[in-house]
Amino acid sequence: MSILDSKIPEGPLADKWTKHKNDINLVNPANKRLIDVIIVGTGLAGGSAAATLAELGYNVKAFCFQDSPRRAHSIAAQGGINAAKNYQGDGDSTYRLFYDTVKGGDYRSREANVYRLAEVSTNIIDQCVAQGVPFAREYGGLLDNRSFGGVLVSRTFYAKGQTGQQLLLGAYAAMNRQIGRGKIKMYTRHEMLDVVVVDGKARGIIARDLVTGEIERHSAHAVVLGTGGYGNAFYLSTYAMGSNVTAAWKAHKRGAFFANPCYTQIHPTCIPVSGDHQSKLTLMSESLRNDGRIWVPKHKKDVEAIRNGSLKPTDLAEEDRDYYLERRYPAFGNLVPRDVASRAAKERCDAGYGVNQTGEAVYLDFASAIERYGKEQAYVKGLNVEDKALITKLGKEVVENKYGNLFQMYEKIVDQNPYETPMMIYPAVHYTMGGLWVDYNLMTTVPGLYAIGEANFSDHGANRLGASALMQGLADGYFVLPYTIGDYLAHDIRTGEIPTDSKEFDAAEEKVRAEIDKLVNNQGTKSVDYFHKKLGKIMWNKCGMARNEKELKEAISEIAALREEFYKDVFVPGEENEYNEELAKAGRVADFLELGELFAKDALERNESAGGHFREEYQTESGEALRVKDYQYVSAWEYKGQPSEAVHHKEPLEYENIEVKERSYK
Amino acid sequence: MMNLTLKIWRQKNANEKGKIVDYPVSGISPDMSFLEMLDVLNQELIEKGKEPVAFDHDCREGICGTCSLYINGRAHGPATKITACQLHMRSFKDGDTIYIEPWRAKAFPVVKDLIVDRSSFDRIQQAGGFISVNTSGNTQDANAIPIEKEHADKAFDAATCIGCGACVASCKNSSAMLFVSAKVSQFALLPQGQVEATDRVMNMVKQMDEEGFGNCTNTGACEVECPKGISLENIARMNREYLTASLKG
Repeated sequence: MSILDSKIPEGPLADKWTKHKNDINLVNPANKRLIDVIIVGTGLAGGSAAATLAELGYNVKAFCFQDSPRRAHSIAAQGGINAAKNYQGDGDSTYRLFYDTVKGGDYRSREANVYRLAEVSTNIIDQCVAQGVPFAREYGGLLDNRSFGGVLVSRTFYAKGQTGQQLLLGAYAAMNRQIGRGKIKMYTRHEMLDVVVVDGKARGIIARDLVTGEIERHSAHAVVLGTGGYGNAFYLSTYAMGSNVTAAWKAHKRGAFFANPCYTQIHPTCIPVSGDHQSKLTLMSESLRNDGRIWVPKHKKDVEAIRNGSLKPTDLAEEDRDYYLERRYPAFGNLVPRDVASRAAKERCDAGYGVNQTGEAVYLDFASAIERYGKEQAYVKGLNVEDKALITKLGKEVVENKYGNLFQMYEKIVDQNPYETPMMIYPAVHYTMGGLWVDYNLMTTVPGLYAIGEANFSDHGANRLGASALMQGLADGYFVLPYTIGDYLAHDIRTGEIPTDSKEFDAAEEKVRAEIDKLVNNQGTKSVDYFHKKLGKIMWNKCGMARNEKELKEAISEIAALREEFYKDVFVPGEENEYNEELAKAGRVADFLELGELFAKDALERNESAGGHFREEYQTESGEALRVKDYQYVSAWEYKGQPSEAVHHKEPLEYENIEVKERSYK
Repeated sequence: MMNLTLKIWRQKNANEKGKIVDYPVSGISPDMSFLEMLDVLNQELIEKGKEPVAFDHDCREGICGTCSLYINGRAHGPATKITACQLHMRSFKDGDTIYIEPWRAKAFPVVKDLIVDRSSFDRIQQAGGFISVNTSGNTQDANAIPIEKEHADKAFDAATCIGCGACVASCKNSSAMLFVSAKVSQFALLPQGQVEATDRVMNMVKQMDEEGFGNCTNTGACEVECPKGISLENIARMNREYLTASLKG
């Protein structure tokens, strides 16, 4: 029997959430005023949770490392948000969204959580529209939808290529309303450096004011982490520069189990790396795969000619192109899930068909979409459909209307016009499905400590479908946590304010100060970035899109050695009592150096391929991920001092409402 | 590869005086972003045991609005409709001298070097930049009220403001009118925003004035430098909203 109790309610799948909401404890409005909640992170999950808990009447203290909650990295999400509204009448339903998500996650997510997610998805859209989020609309004035990878319906709501921005600004506005009312106390440019556990319960945090360097104590009756994912362990990723694992990792060190750390999403359509100076990677929205066709040349001689500039991709004949996703996956074509699309790109590039100098790029081509849309417009407007120049012009207008800002972004970075020549893309680290283990109530293994959004693990299994991150972040923050946290806080109505002068706060602050002192006084010879880049290379080469036993073992020892070197030789300029970005970075990289090892250990333990976790030893004859029934569980790691000593716990996954089978997109 | 001379504003903290300091950098690739060029400088400074230049940045893809560099006298540098993080070194040539300063405005005090405090923007939003609906999810169906596509699209265009502050930095009066009007316009164009229209514009403008932003004299510099192309039309719309609200009293 596992020591992990997922607390999934009894009863039929479709009734679990409703029943649970009816069964759990409530806190009366007068008592909510006596209860404090700390929320760390103000992205979609943290921001929506802060606004909602404050509206309910709790006293919320919210923390973000950015200079404003509006800048959390949810803002960069481009393509859209899923909801089972079935406005298109194309057969969508709560069950289908649930089914697609579990299948897309390669049967490694928790059924009950995913069903709940699908269930509340429709509320999100209603809620956001009421808040004034300007989703894209059709000429009739109703909401428009588009399609994303891994599904056969159009259920994605969007606001051009800035859906994350619009949703985050919606949550930010909801927060602002509560900040104005004094119900949220906002701490910007603050970084959480420890969780304080008193009598076995999370009762506060230690935070550092990034401007003054001051170490602060903050107490509350519960602590919520909405601190995002840990993809920056790879150094190069589509994450923001400041995105980090520190809050989640400190929680892990205080007893929160870390689940499935090896489940990472490598997004197929990112702008390829251009050189050693590269500091981050830029995503091109998956929505582009609605209209863009992915290909490489069929013949090596053409690859050579393209690389040396003697052949333009637009001059290569149709029959000499390999639209490899359409070839391998005729049913889903270019809209296969992200893990499948990424691996297929890697397979072609490894085979020598990459189209740029580094050999790590494939084409994403809009020529046929431009022609198709152009013809459509010509028919609609009664113009000459034989006029090629006119068709191209009309088609480009449609494409610009749909993806204009993405095309502009691409052109600014690469200095090529994607209306005229196909985009070059390559996979990049984008999201982490793993995270803090939580039960059905989103509580970690530390009572009173919650994890929401990307920071937890529960909904996406081994691979996340496009437009589902925004859905999960807002579902957790607006509609799930506000109910489930009440069940816990109902026991705290007589507790009174949590004092910050206890021995637990003393000890936690002392530990934080010691860690900072150590970094500032180290006087080594190498910068923080030096170590971060080295870690990133190990992660990408040995824990990336394809993994094997030998390299994972190497990664484990190399990361451990790098960590040792870091503490011997890192140099952090400046002082601790001032704005010091290098110091903040040093703390974050120190945590990545621990997490990275656990990541590799987890990947090594999982002797199967599932979703984004692809072990070369476990693949089908056609090169697809080969799941192994024995690994149908969640790995949850308990901290024991060093990553190598982490203790492995299993939460078995049971599928009562879905038949587990080989994921096929053919 | 390019060699450049950087003239960068250094200021230890809000209380101390700052000054321009010269830094030569070499081996800069035209494919680097402007911030990656600053990364190169900072790595060199750290290797020499010196303090790196502090500048604000986060997403590095032009959407978070964190970066805020005044480059050669222009907010976000010489190119239009992009942020400093999207600016690439191919916009410069070998031997160039580049001035890099923070936003200059009374309402944006310098925190350190090139970093300013833009919390005044947050306070303006807190004064009224929202629609007062509870986040219960029990609102009416999202398709209950059709919204004319043209209005929805214009509301979206206004809502794409990233709150970077380039408008303020570019304005000779340090006016925040473009920023405030973008939010006022977003809601003014949508039926959901009508209920609180009067209070919203009055409260946001009041807060804007209290923060110490200057007045608008219609020079249009803000629109030119806005990385998201927020239109001056929004200022006109806010003025109408303000007038209507004032008449309602």
